[in-house]
Amino acid sequence: MNESERRSAVEDRNRRLLRARDAMDRDFAKPLDVPGLARVALMSPSNFSRRFRETFGETPHRYLQRRRIERACAMLRDGDRTVTEIALAVGFDSFGTFSRTFSAVIGRSPTRFRAESTPLAAPVCFVKTWTRPSSFG
Amino acid sequence: MFTGISIHTVYVLDQEEAVDFYVGKLGFEVVEDVDLGFMRWLTVGLPGRSERRILLEVPGPPSHDEATAAQIRDLVTKGAMGAAAILTTDDCRADYERLRSAGVEFTEEPTEQPYGIDCALRDPFGNHLRITEVKAQAA
Repeated sequence: MNESERRSAVEDRNRRLLRARDAMDRDFAKPLDVPGLARVALMSPSNFSRRFRETFGETPHRYLQRRRIERACAMLRDGDRTVTEIALAVGFDSFGTFSRTFSAVIGRSPTRFRAESTPLAAPVCFVKTWTRPSSFG
Repeated sequence: MFTGISIHTVYVLDQEEAVDFYVGKLGFEVVEDVDLGFMRWLTVGLPGRSERRILLEVPGPPSHDEATAAQIRDLVTKGAMGAAAILTTDDCRADYERLRSAGVEFTEEPTEQPYGIDCALRDPFGNHLRITEVKAQAA
């Protein structure tokens, strides 16, 4: 394989991984899992997890978990849905798992986060991009 | 005093494929298409609104060395280049239906926002575009 073919294989793989990441950003409320996302990227689950982390800096599992927490933060800030409703609306199947995960990532309970937050005056795409808690700051 | 914003660059991997997408699917028109030999100057704009254009540029020599061009292509295909454009429309849902049936890859369905309705899509290379129907301001 020559240099330009190797590069275009990388670009093709990036594009497929991006398609799977976009699916998480779009369909976080649905019951997504790594095998299903790997199919979007046309890869085996283990190869998908490894390549995703190489490309985007964290595992797909973690990316999805943090997307769900970010969306939960937005709903806690902006709406009046109950915490239980929000847990289900962002794709967690139990209130307990949501509450534990939220507190571990954000450092405060959902209820306390809501009490201490104020709405953000920026388009949602910007908020989604810049407020998702990540593994890298 | 500055009087406007006329052109910005969007990096693409292939200009023909870019024209198929931006013109053939999104409904832009080609404003300038000049083969300068060292590069093809290719701009697109909305029909009748050619004062505001997007330069569809392929990274590569001599503008970029091969390694730099590969880095740009890497960033484009990772979706890391920021919004290529935020388009405004008078009917976001109709645009969404039309483009989705043309096979365009949406990253967000039309969603009600405080400022109106918008949705998001990718071009074939990974660039992010948004379509916003701005809510009419109360008088």
